[in-house]
Amino acid sequence: MNEILEKTVLTPVTKKIVVNAPYVARKAQPGQFIILRVRENGERIPLTIADYDREKGTITLVFQEVGLTTRLLGRLEVNDSILDLVGPLGVPAELPEKGTVVAVGGGVGVAPILPKCKEMHKRGVKVISIIGARSKDLLILEEEMSACSDELHICTDDGSRGFHGFVSDKLKELIENGVQMDEVIAVGPIPMMRATCEVTRPYKIKTWVSMNPIMVDGTGMCGACRVTVGGETKFCCVDGPMFDGHLIDWQEAWRRVNMYRDEEKVANERCPNCGGVR
Amino acid sequence: MPIKERTEMPVQDPKERIKNFSQVALGYTEEMALNEASRCLQCKNPTCMTGCPVAVKIPEFIKLLKEKKYQEAIDKIKETNNLPAICGRVCPQEHQCEAKCVLARRGQPVAIGRLERFVADWEHSHGKSEVRKAEPNGHRVAVVGSGPAGLTCAADLARLGYQVTIFESLHAPGGVLIYGIPEFRLPKDVVRREVEYVKSLGVKIETSVVIGRTLTIDDLFHDGYEAVFVGSGAGLPMFMHIPGENLNGVYSANEFLTRINLMKAYEFPEFDTPIKRGKRVAVVGAGNVAMDAVRCALRLGAEKAMILYRRGREEMPARAEEVLNAEEEGVEFHFLTNPVRILGDDKGWVTGVECIKMQLGEPDKSGRRRPIPIPGSEFVIEADTVIMALGTSPNPILAQTTEGLKAHPWGGLIADEKTGRTTRPRVWAGGDAVTGSATVILAMGAGKQAAKDIHEYISSGAQGW
Ligand SMILES: Cc1cc2nc3c(=O)[nH]c(=O)nc-3n(C[C@H](O)[C@H](O)[C@H](O)COP(=O)(O)OP(=O)(O)OC[C@H]3O[C@@H](n4cnc5c(N)ncnc54)[C@H](O)[C@@H]3O)c2cc1C
Ligand code: FES
Repeated sequence: MNEILEKTVLTPVTKKIVVNAPYVARKAQPGQFIILRVRENGERIPLTIADYDREKGTITLVFQEVGLTTRLLGRLEVNDSILDLVGPLGVPAELPEKGTVVAVGGGVGVAPILPKCKEMHKRGVKVISIIGARSKDLLILEEEMSACSDELHICTDDGSRGFHGFVSDKLKELIENGVQMDEVIAVGPIPMMRATCEVTRPYKIKTWVSMNPIMVDGTGMCGACRVTVGGETKFCCVDGPMFDGHLIDWQEAWRRVNMYRDEEKVANERCPNCGGVR
Repeated sequence: MPIKERTEMPVQDPKERIKNFSQVALGYTEEMALNEASRCLQCKNPTCMTGCPVAVKIPEFIKLLKEKKYQEAIDKIKETNNLPAICGRVCPQEHQCEAKCVLARRGQPVAIGRLERFVADWEHSHGKSEVRKAEPNGHRVAVVGSGPAGLTCAADLARLGYQVTIFESLHAPGGVLIYGIPEFRLPKDVVRREVEYVKSLGVKIETSVVIGRTLTIDDLFHDGYEAVFVGSGAGLPMFMHIPGENLNGVYSANEFLTRINLMKAYEFPEFDTPIKRGKRVAVVGAGNVAMDAVRCALRLGAEKAMILYRRGREEMPARAEEVLNAEEEGVEFHFLTNPVRILGDDKGWVTGVECIKMQLGEPDKSGRRRPIPIPGSEFVIEADTVIMALGTSPNPILAQTTEGLKAHPWGGLIADEKTGRTTRPRVWAGGDAVTGSATVILAMGAGKQAAKDIHEYISSGAQGW
């Protein structure tokens, strides 16, 4: 189990792998995630399930090589196995059955938004997608997103492709141009999700976000993944990862996700040759 | 005849041991064990056994030990206790067997736990009795969770010929023994050894499977298991719901201990999981979990490691030996002290705990005197790390995902005390999942009872439930 069956390099820092995980594939739903460990001394990190194929018994993971573990994961090749992989974890996303939804994906956040768009598209929901990255080389899953979106907007921070600006700016433009939408789903780095929520807040458009805090067990046992939602503490791994973005304490979420920044630096520096494209 | 003094167990020097994670209590030598065993009066009507939740045949094993028949002694214990190397180290003997020892009335009871540990460790270093695999009886049982309850239930059933699979959500088996109790109190090698023993009986352990997520209990029945035992423990940490609890540097004891024990964060960066090494660490609570957390904090280099407890010294629920160890190691105890708020700096890191002084009132339902805050007595304790060790409750995942499996409002699964039968036919449960956080030995006992009832149920044709 857990063998890597396919591996695609999406951008210099983003990889996509298809993993043999029949148990997980059988149960996985949009919005859920897995936790994995890549070596005996390794840490446990969560990754969203970007796609699944129940028949083939596979799941797809898309990850950006940011820390030690994602870099080590990036070094694994086809036929290598992931040491431990557990899931599906978290509550499946409650997706609408009808209406119009704007799906906003920033950076590697496009990966987790893809299965949601696929499912909504299947249900007949009108899906308007806005995907973005810092520059055109970092855009991912454009084709896949286009296949399940009624409209696809591409943004780059540097203007090298599509709309010049943040995905949240594009969303603002759509709203101001009178595009009707029932809900927004935003997935990406915290600043991007936060900015998106600030855009929709004055219009009272329901905005779902997918939180990605530090986790250990992923089953409700440790509370490392605490997020404050509407003044209440939630455990993201069992109560989430999808929450009403207008209720999130973003400042807290941001500092909690950066809690181990010094240690992450140490780990990265100790292992200069971990990762990179092979 | 004067009674001999209880034989002390050698321990690592407190000044040294707070710098390492190695075992604190070093165990008896043969000579010490024989000396201590000679104190046992071999009572005709042994009361010690009544204090043991699994009724280990204490006088009998001690007699064998005295005769230097160590293998027979350990075999005698193993008739009723599968995990003696663990129980000898972590059972609260002072409330159980040793409390009931007749010598306790006249001073110091026989050190039954230390003797149990001695013979268990002896077996490890002097070869082992042959593992006799039972003839398969063709029946399959699934066990959820690989803590002491699950391991015991699985082992007992395997010995009867059942084909047993344990499903464990973490990547390593052992439950609290592996993720909660630290190395210096219960070496992980000891746990792994016991797990290997259970495996040698033919039990299969599938790690990284969350029942209720990866597979449901219904899936297990669908896959051909005839009975399911749930030993999923009480892993959900409680918080106080006071301001500042989500500041950086506030941990649940479960997170702190899991990082350290399961993930070996104390060896960061050799191991990849990090942990904050606080200089002034305040642990809230005074049970075993709190003692473990505060002593881990010392070993991570804390200059000040404090226990904040809202009741008094007498009310502390931790094992007596561990309180003593913590004191020797320099842990500060702040009794009648209850946090009301956690304070932080402008970057969101903990700087202290605002506490209120308490006084003890009338005894509450648990029989302990109820702590009452003294108005206006607030004060601040400086700290850069705060660890909440307030207790845990069972994870609701199983009750939520299993039709007919009912839980009490506080989370514990509803199960028959004698048999472990739950409200869902063919599902048994025991250990912390039913009782809330308790002890290793009680979890083991519950696993044993359930194994017995599962066997009776299946061997009599699995009728009517
Ligand atoms: C830090 C600490 C110190 C302690 N010290 C002592 C001590 O000194 N003496 C003592 O007697 N007791 C002590 N205890 C209590 C004792 O460890 C527990 O009472 C005992 O381990 C309970 O056993 P259990 O088998 O019921 O559950 P656990 O040991 O909790 O095991 C449950 C297992 O089930 C797994 N699980 C949970 N849900 C699922 C699921 N849905 N699917 C699959 N697997 C699942 C968990 O990951 C876990 O491995 C301590 C507890 C802690 C936390
Ligand atoms: S990751 Fe441990 S409780 Fe959520």
